[in-house]
Amino acid sequence: MSDEPRGGFTRRDLVRGSVVGAIAASVGTKAGAAGTAAIGPGAAPLELTVNGAVHRLSVEPRVTLVDALRERIGLTGTKVVCGRGACGACTVLVDGKTVCSCLVLAHEAAGKSITTIEGVATDGRLSPIQEAFIAADALQCGFCTSGMVLSCKALLDREPKPSRQAIREAVSGNLCRCGTYNHVFDAVERAAGLKTAVSTATAPVLVGARLTADRSRLVENDPRVAQAIREAMEQEG
Amino acid sequence: MTDKIRVGFNGEFEVKEIAVAPGDPVPWDPSRTYSVLGTRVPRLDGKAKTTGEAKYSIDVRLPGMLYARILRCPLAAATVTSVDLSAARKMPGVRAALAIAEPGEKIRFAGQEVAAVAAATPEQADDALGAIRVAYAARPFVVGLEAARKADAPLVFDGKAETKTSAGDVESGGKGLARNGNVLGPRSTVKGNVEDGFKKAAAVVEATYVTQVQTHTALETHGLVARWEGEELTVWASTQGIFVMRDELAETLELPVSKVRVITEYMGGGFGAKFGPRIEGVTAARLAKAAGAPVKLFLDRKEEQLATGNRPSSVQTVKAGATKDGKLTALQLTVYGNGGTNGGTGTSGPIKNIYACENLKVDEYDVFTNAGPSTAMRAPGHPQGAFALEATMDELARALGIDPLEFRLRNDPSAVRREEFRIGAEKIGWAGRDTRRRTPDPWIRRGVGVGAAVWYNTGDTGPRATVTIHRDGSAEVEHGVQDLGTGSRTMVAIVAAEELGIPLEKVSVSIGDSRMPFAPDSGGSATTPGSAPTIRRAAFQARKELARAIAREWKVPPESVAVEGGRISAPGDPKHDVSWAEACKLLPSQGVAATAERAENHEDAWKRFTTGAQFAEVEVDTATGKVRVERVVAVHDCGVPINPLATESQIQGGVIQGVSYALFEDRVLDGPTGRMVNPNVESYKIAGALDVPEIDVTLVSVWDGINNTNSVGIGEPATVPTAAAIANAVSHAVGARIRQLPITPEVVLAAVREADEHAKGGRA
Repeated sequence: MSDEPRGGFTRRDLVRGSVVGAIAASVGTKAGAAGTAAIGPGAAPLELTVNGAVHRLSVEPRVTLVDALRERIGLTGTKVVCGRGACGACTVLVDGKTVCSCLVLAHEAAGKSITTIEGVATDGRLSPIQEAFIAADALQCGFCTSGMVLSCKALLDREPKPSRQAIREAVSGNLCRCGTYNHVFDAVERAAGLKTAVSTATAPVLVGARLTADRSRLVENDPRVAQAIREAMEQEG
Repeated sequence: MTDKIRVGFNGEFEVKEIAVAPGDPVPWDPSRTYSVLGTRVPRLDGKAKTTGEAKYSIDVRLPGMLYARILRCPLAAATVTSVDLSAARKMPGVRAALAIAEPGEKIRFAGQEVAAVAAATPEQADDALGAIRVAYAARPFVVGLEAARKADAPLVFDGKAETKTSAGDVESGGKGLARNGNVLGPRSTVKGNVEDGFKKAAAVVEATYVTQVQTHTALETHGLVARWEGEELTVWASTQGIFVMRDELAETLELPVSKVRVITEYMGGGFGAKFGPRIEGVTAARLAKAAGAPVKLFLDRKEEQLATGNRPSSVQTVKAGATKDGKLTALQLTVYGNGGTNGGTGTSGPIKNIYACENLKVDEYDVFTNAGPSTAMRAPGHPQGAFALEATMDELARALGIDPLEFRLRNDPSAVRREEFRIGAEKIGWAGRDTRRRTPDPWIRRGVGVGAAVWYNTGDTGPRATVTIHRDGSAEVEHGVQDLGTGSRTMVAIVAAEELGIPLEKVSVSIGDSRMPFAPDSGGSATTPGSAPTIRRAAFQARKELARAIAREWKVPPESVAVEGGRISAPGDPKHDVSWAEACKLLPSQGVAATAERAENHEDAWKRFTTGAQFAEVEVDTATGKVRVERVVAVHDCGVPINPLATESQIQGGVIQGVSYALFEDRVLDGPTGRMVNPNVESYKIAGALDVPEIDVTLVSVWDGINNTNSVGIGEPATVPTAAAIANAVSHAVGARIRQLPITPEVVLAAVREADEHAKGGRA
């Protein structure tokens, strides 16, 4: 699902011991002339631009972007599920593109513009995709939701009216265990103005009325049915 | 006090007389309209979860907090001979280290816990693990159920079967059961006489069905953050049962229950595996004590897949007979289940409780192997049991020349489920299923299959809740329930708003803290039927308190004051008819409040199981063996759904987990080493966005009057019949029986070959 090519030296497991030096040499930062300064193996200073704010940290080269976000900066909306780029839970936008932040070293992200789930709403106002997720109940436990929302946002940013298949593909790298997928597809269509079928109005519903022939859902919003039941019952005594 | 209520479903109701407990409201019944109950309410924590503001236990960060990691044994069976922590303790940042397995202790699966460290950063904790020196004496081990059943198999337990269990596990001790090598059992159930039943049958079928080990794979891993303040322990845990977590921590750490507090504000899924603290939770608390600092210990994905529980495998032999006119005469199940180092692997729920049959015999055996222990997983035993039973029903129907759906209808004692079958059949297009089998592409076949669900109304006494009505007309509910992602938080608000007669926005909900009134563990689909009647009772009593307070102000008898539909009134004086808000202004500054405990279920209520029926339509590529589930129709009894939006979501989830179980998931162990080779989410595959079918959910409201909200849980029944329906659909498509899960291309191609051979032999 990542739009970024998966580089050879971004796996956390590889970034240990003797490999550190080799990687450090390949990571360009603002700290020195590009390609010349080695970082680490100890902690090294770093500036990360997250949701428009600059954070100054000092972390070892092996610290992943997601660990820097969660455990150092305290932006815990980004989640870790697999730690190896297979589930999409840690999806963030780096320069507008979705990446798995567990596959990126914090030092690699220096100088880039990072957007996390905390940066999707503006001035406390939810974005249309967030509103749509809530309305379509596209979340259950919510643990995949941050990554899902960002993958969907990235899709809508590049393709404002996506097909159902395009939506499926856009979130095909985001695993959900509660089973929200169909509602996620609905949410994207809703945010894109393609669909408003899922009714979430809090209008009165008569629960338990006769199933309708066409939808077999509960008969909603029909006090006449309640009246009919009451009358039938009164006749029964 | 007895009361008359209406019970029934699908628009047809009868009058029942029930005894309502003192202080409990009369059950909601279908002769009233409701303003909040049953409306589609977007969940109250939707904003928190879509903005990243929701703080899961794994997100908790405390000043000075350390990070802990567990060292696990790489061997499938061993005896620990020494654990040396001295070098690890000297590693940078390390503040505490402890042995979990002491010398002499037995290791019974690859991944079992051995030692743990806590350090200032996650990376330092990782490094310190590498400095722990453990010596083991390797022992022989056994991988797989069939190998473990052999007489000369290495014994998983050479003495009494004992494992470190936590709440939610099924103990492997098997009190009073015979043990023969690695095999424990049978647990037997006998009804009537199956031999007589088989004699009466016009057709008898018998076959063996095999299912795999499934791991829960909740996205948030197991773990907790532990903080000591003197002798008081507070933990932020990822748990389905904050009260059982509290009690087990208190017991294990020898603390008064009153000194342990468990908080679970948000939780990233459980599916049955997250109740007690388990080894990692107790370890976190011990490390925090030793280090004198808060400790976060959450497992990584590999550990989660290895060691935190699973749905056991099964080998089920089912024999069934029926008369010429399609009445079951005998059902027999013999099942062996592999729960690794745990037992409780039975699968008999469906065969005992779905179809009516006078003669039944069940024998269930647990087989111990050197593998991670099983634990409760969403409808324990039922998806595997339903798979074998429903395949058998199809085979028997075929042997009798009766339509498989018709055969089920003739044997289903539940009027609700028979209706569910009929609704589902119409929606899936059951009548045309044979004509859809062949497609323009000769390689592509389509199939339609069906399966039935059963679950049990398990809401019980014990839960408590407090409802407070404030002077400004707002209300507050406190109830220590955890919300696993099912929408419990929203459910609590809906019930309170409905009972008080005020808008949802006026209700605030506090949940997820063991310092709040007791709430049920979220197991057995019992959260809603445990909590909802409790909330309603507390709200009902708070409403009575409001009436009493207003009566004092108005100087009228309390029983003359009515609180209905957002208005408070008393007869006699036109001024005694005011809005909710005006009435609440008359309250003292502390408002009014009531704490209530859930009433017993009504004894004389209509006893029944929770039912469901699912239909699946699949497309099978007979050249590649690939199965695509195109559509699932899920029709479920959900009592009276409090929030149909969340109910439908949970059924969607049950179906999708069922699709995943049917087609993909399979824990794979390496024979030579006994290690799990796919402890991750790229080679242990769970269903993704490209795999999910269109899912059509229908809720059948059943007003049963068993509790005051007619509520039942839907989490488990929703996943019981999905794999069964899919397997039957694939069998229908290819023309040969699927007897194994997951239905991989290999399994499909074997069935296609079998069908081809039958066709050549002229027995198509």
